[in-house]
Amino acid sequence: MALYDTRRRRNKIAMGLSLAATLFGLAWLVLILGVLLWEGFSGLSLAVFTQMTPPPGSAGGLLNPIMGSLIMTAIAVAIGTPLGILAGTYMAEYGRYDKLTEVVRFINDILLSAPSIVIGLFIYEVMVAQMGHFSGWAGAVALAVIVVPVVVRTTEDMLILVPDTLREAAASIGLPRSLMIRKIAYRGARAGMVTGVLLAVARVSGETAPLLFTALNNQFWSLNLNAPVASLPVVIYQFALSPYSDWQKLAWTGALIITLAVLALSIIARTLAAQGKSS
Amino acid sequence: MVDVALDNGTAMPAVEQADRARVLQRLRLGDIAFRHLTRGAAITVLLILGGIILSLLHGAWPALSKFGFGFLTTEVWNPVTEKFGAVAPIYGTLVTSLIAMLIAVPVGLFIAMFLTELCPMWLRRPIGIAIELLAGIPSIIYGIWGLFVFAPFLQQYVQPFLIGLFGDIPVLSDLFAGPPYGIGMLTAGLILAIMVLPFITSISRDVFDAVPPVLKEAAYGLGCTTWEVWRYIVLPFTRVGVIGGVMLGLGRALGETMAVTFVIGNAHRISPSLFAPGTTISATIANEFTEAIGDLYTSSLIGLGLILFVITFIVLAAARLMLMRLNARVGR
Repeated sequence: MALYDTRRRRNKIAMGLSLAATLFGLAWLVLILGVLLWEGFSGLSLAVFTQMTPPPGSAGGLLNPIMGSLIMTAIAVAIGTPLGILAGTYMAEYGRYDKLTEVVRFINDILLSAPSIVIGLFIYEVMVAQMGHFSGWAGAVALAVIVVPVVVRTTEDMLILVPDTLREAAASIGLPRSLMIRKIAYRGARAGMVTGVLLAVARVSGETAPLLFTALNNQFWSLNLNAPVASLPVVIYQFALSPYSDWQKLAWTGALIITLAVLALSIIARTLAAQGKSS
Repeated sequence: MVDVALDNGTAMPAVEQADRARVLQRLRLGDIAFRHLTRGAAITVLLILGGIILSLLHGAWPALSKFGFGFLTTEVWNPVTEKFGAVAPIYGTLVTSLIAMLIAVPVGLFIAMFLTELCPMWLRRPIGIAIELLAGIPSIIYGIWGLFVFAPFLQQYVQPFLIGLFGDIPVLSDLFAGPPYGIGMLTAGLILAIMVLPFITSISRDVFDAVPPVLKEAAYGLGCTTWEVWRYIVLPFTRVGVIGGVMLGLGRALGETMAVTFVIGNAHRISPSLFAPGTTISATIANEFTEAIGDLYTSSLIGLGLILFVITFIVLAAARLMLMRLNARVGR
């Protein structure tokens, strides 16, 4: 009977700990989002979306960093998505069992969790140091390098989930392999692949480290991608660490905008993935 | 394969046959082109990694050739006299990551256990989504929150309490010594723990979910408690995935930049106290790179980046190799 009691007690303790751990984890989410909403919403106004970043001590908005972030993210996705989808296609369709795929998968996993600041240094060396100046292009390419592994991974995973019987059916009616991939496999995996791209956008839109010394920052309205371009995360970084309270206020507002955007993206991605599963 | 259809005996007009051959030819060419295109894209992924390593080596070369191996063993970091050593940032990186893992691994595993074994069905999805939202929050948000909310809180309440609590115990009094600045190694480690927690949780949950119900049911049938099922059935069955998740979290923690930069204090020295400001590799680069004057300074910072990349590479590669060996032993 003693053994029985010990086992039950141990079980109770473990279950208690697991409940406590869950509450602990959720508490952080509530705390962080709570403060963010509180601090961010009080600064949210139309001016934030229509005015440039101000000099310290005067009012202003976040229009130029928002535009900069949107443009660089769009370019990064435009470069990174096709590359990632093609690479993922090779790994899942053509070379599922060959050596190259194994190596690429290994390397891709490392790139997936490689420190983003190192990618910033890489693009600094390759683009900024060569061109002699910071530029929006460099920022966009740095973000693209982050997009690629995310898309490669989801594309491969999703294509592998497409049942082989579909491929065999397509092959049996004489469809060439490339058409089979594009018409059958992509269609089967579409929801998952779109989810991957959305997740990549979500990941990239909050990235700060790779932009610090590629796109740098810009106080003024500039859509010239050959010059430094402001981005929301870098402006948040600069403003939050500044001693000026109105800059800090704007940083909180910017943080709220980014977080809402990222959360919205991941919720859309999740709904899409759920739909793909049920259909 | 397709040609078989052509040879079925029914005569076909020559024009149609030629058309058909042309279409087939085009399809075949398209096939080859697409194959090579995808292969090229896959190889590009390798080239990106090669490019990262080469460019970092190239950028770090002036510093590495000047300081040699001493770069890894010197603590001095003095831009004025142009003497640079990487010990303090490496130390900070390892210590903050260690703090993060010590907290995040047990908590993450317990949350995953709660979600897969204990949680009522209707609550699983909401909690799972909440944890993943935590993973989706960009690191700069953790940074700004850490700087304005968490660090002052630690400074006012937690750190004085810890100093008082451990003040008389030999080793611990050194670890928790000094004025409570709020920002410092411990704060950075705690923020990292919060950041890494969702990664570990969601991967562990996914692998726990993959355990065949039959195995668990068999154990329950023998009269095992939930804890025993989890400890002796689920965990051994999934350790491969769990280790993978933990390693992934560690890789994140080592390379995390923004959240740490805000709260670490950026001080190039090694202090036994966890409350003291320190620095990590990524925080040093983020703080100093754009202000670095002189080639040697820039090069030393890139050298730090190279070290960080090598460390994360080793962690992730080790994880992979370990997984392979475990896989072989389990026979999967």
